[in-house]
Amino acid sequence: MASHGIKDQIAIIGMGCTRFVEHWDMGLDDLIVRAATDAYESAGVDKSVVDAYWFGTAQGGMSGITLARPLQLQNKPVTRVENYCATGSEALRQACYAVASGAYDLAMAVGAEKTKDSGYQGLNAVPVPNDGTGRTLTAAAMFSMVVPAYGEKFGVSHDDMRTAMSHIAEKNHHNGAHNPLAQFRREVSAETIGASPKVAGDLGVFDCAGVADGAAAAIVCRAQDAHLYTDNPLYVKALSFVAGNGSGLTDRSYDYTTFPEIAACAADAYEQAGVDDPSASIAMAEVHDCFTITELVLMEDLGFSDRGSAWQEVLDGRFDLDGDMPVNTDGGLKSFGHPVGASGLRMIYEAWLQLRGGAPADRQINTITGERNLALTHNLGGYPGEMVSFISILGSSLG
Amino acid sequence: MRGITAWGSYLPFRRLDRADIAPLAGKGGGRGTRTVASFDEDPTTMAVEAGRRAQRASQIVPDTLLFASVNPAYADKTNATAIHAALRLPPSAGAFDLGFSTRSAVAGLLLAASGRGTTLVTSADIRIGRAGSADEAGGGDAAAAIVIGDGSAESPVLAEIIGSASRTVEFIDRWRTPGDRFSQTWDDKFSQVTYAPLGAESYDAALAAAGVSRDDVATVAVSAPTSRIASATAKALGAAKTLDDLSASVGQCGAAQPALLLAHLLESSSPGDVVALVSLADGVDAIVLRATDASAAATDLTSPTVAEQAASGARLSYGKFLAWRGLLEIDPPRRPEPQRVSATAAARSNSWKFGFVASADPQTGEVQMPPARVSNDGERVDQMVERPMADATGTIVTFTIDRVAYSPSPPIVFAVVDFDDGGRLPLELCDCDEDEVKIGARVEMTFRCLYTVDGIPNYFWKARLARG
Repeated sequence: MASHGIKDQIAIIGMGCTRFVEHWDMGLDDLIVRAATDAYESAGVDKSVVDAYWFGTAQGGMSGITLARPLQLQNKPVTRVENYCATGSEALRQACYAVASGAYDLAMAVGAEKTKDSGYQGLNAVPVPNDGTGRTLTAAAMFSMVVPAYGEKFGVSHDDMRTAMSHIAEKNHHNGAHNPLAQFRREVSAETIGASPKVAGDLGVFDCAGVADGAAAAIVCRAQDAHLYTDNPLYVKALSFVAGNGSGLTDRSYDYTTFPEIAACAADAYEQAGVDDPSASIAMAEVHDCFTITELVLMEDLGFSDRGSAWQEVLDGRFDLDGDMPVNTDGGLKSFGHPVGASGLRMIYEAWLQLRGGAPADRQINTITGERNLALTHNLGGYPGEMVSFISILGSSLG
Repeated sequence: MRGITAWGSYLPFRRLDRADIAPLAGKGGGRGTRTVASFDEDPTTMAVEAGRRAQRASQIVPDTLLFASVNPAYADKTNATAIHAALRLPPSAGAFDLGFSTRSAVAGLLLAASGRGTTLVTSADIRIGRAGSADEAGGGDAAAAIVIGDGSAESPVLAEIIGSASRTVEFIDRWRTPGDRFSQTWDDKFSQVTYAPLGAESYDAALAAAGVSRDDVATVAVSAPTSRIASATAKALGAAKTLDDLSASVGQCGAAQPALLLAHLLESSSPGDVVALVSLADGVDAIVLRATDASAAATDLTSPTVAEQAASGARLSYGKFLAWRGLLEIDPPRRPEPQRVSATAAARSNSWKFGFVASADPQTGEVQMPPARVSNDGERVDQMVERPMADATGTIVTFTIDRVAYSPSPPIVFAVVDFDDGGRLPLELCDCDEDEVKIGARVEMTFRCLYTVDGIPNYFWKARLARG
């Protein structure tokens, strides 16, 4: 028994990503058609040659037909997947494994979500009939409990926590301001962020990711076939997934300063990719900044920072666009909003641009070297104590 | 001789200062306070709280549970069954509702006194009226639970029921059409002149049945629709001492009023005292009791007493009072309302949802909340044992205030609680202000209604600050 991974067996040969915004004039089908068409064009393939599809949507519809109908796929296998907020990443993971198994030559992962038709604030899960004893808190409230817990454990003052969280939001809005696909394209000052009205606990409006509609898609093939389609594919080094057992909610040793599912997921991903020192091998990361405090803790769970030091490294600018380890170079969930089924693939799309030199000049990172040429995407779903975690590691060359 | 072996009372935490009413309503109010049930309480949850206290004071498992309220959560469906489940009574114990009149609780006491076995008589009400009305200011919210039986060595009779008498008369005093929110009343002078002589007649008949005279009675408690009727009747009884009817601090608590005053009366009496309860509601019911020697120990068992609860609590604004009773509609968060409880899912988790019974791993001692079939390490299946947690106390590990989540009274105060003898659960906090919550604060459990959808109250447990 082992998690062998499929390092260098699969290549991404084309991607598409819509703008993430409140698309009042576009439905789920429109978003799917836009992202899929862009991906076909990017790979230079016709729809008919893609053999199988994995479609990630949390609440956009049931079954593969939700994708097959708008794209008018002809007798293709289409699987709808859902895995909380990591749904889009999960679609890619399944498509990669299907091709690696030898079952198909070309597979496509599509993630799409139409969140803004509900009329409610935030994201809302379709309730499963239940006994009424479960929590009804918002994600903001669940994550807000990390702020005082982290501050207390590592002796970080309330003001320093506030400043670090504001820096994360300021950084991601700065990056998003340079991204035409982002929803929010204005810089926001740390003062405005710190003074925003509270949503839950210490988290204000600007500590929370927004909500948006959007879609993204990727086409994958066997690595040895990649050059049939493109001169600069993106190779899959690792795909790791952990579904927590919910024990953090009732485990007295859980202290709300870390996300153990993510630490375990990261260990597996680094093992698959053969990464010993993440900071030495990884040139950029797209992470799940659903809340500013989440991104801060992720820097430690992903092994970029030592325990208790991420807040200081955030303030030192290490994760800024021009920092030593740029994080959320596209603006993150903070600038994009979070169409649940699409976000994981949107993160991959940024790695696709950056590692292949396709990002706009004002957003292109300068950390890539011969030795250090990998990108990491991290996508989580759930809450502290009850979480799913996905990590991919990608590179533009084999080996 | 049959009598009372235990009792418990419950007054909700919040108080409305009657002086706060007139500035908004333009009329009404008065002096003193009234008790106010929280937005997440109903007669069923309050009866559970009183019942838990009575159970703690008693070593006898009741054979029968009675529940009286003029405003029960359900019609057609029995309300006492939820109380039965929350008190974890055995399936063999019958659970029955007595409703919907203010006379129903005293009916329960009399039925239990003349019956067999041990009966737990619960009663609870939440009283409302139109803004500025006498009912609004004069009403109160409370619950009481009285255990009546033959007693046992461990739970002896604390007050013998030595006589009772009833007088029934049909007249229009106060009434409410089923489905209406507010009660109506006739000229209370008419009620006063009708009740006073009938009260004396019933009282004397009960004394005769008990073989005692008016002079033998230490204290009389008069439960009446209003304070004015109570004092007029008390005069007609010629009692040496009349029990304070709590109208200045609690208010008139509907069906719960006679049982609440009975608890207060027993807590105010000494061994050997003869005391009487005279309840005026569509006639008069008088019960004469004698406190036994065993009652000397009762004060230890009945904590907190009615008087202690009446003297505590915290103020609630008139606006919140109106909102909690649905008389002022507050804009909800723009979030989906909860769905109704699944009857089948609730039935399967009865002992967790109503009884707050967790599971524990005999091998590791770990407490699982909610209960689980598989051990936390995934190794052992169906080896867990039951672990009742309703009476467990705990400490707040961390907390947050959720300003966006749906709540009948936002914001939600939410805390992660570690229980003293094992177990952790994220829980909603109730009966507290935002700035009172602190890491390290002590909490206890209370049975509440989280929300009601499709007429189904979603009963479960919340934590509240231990204010001991």
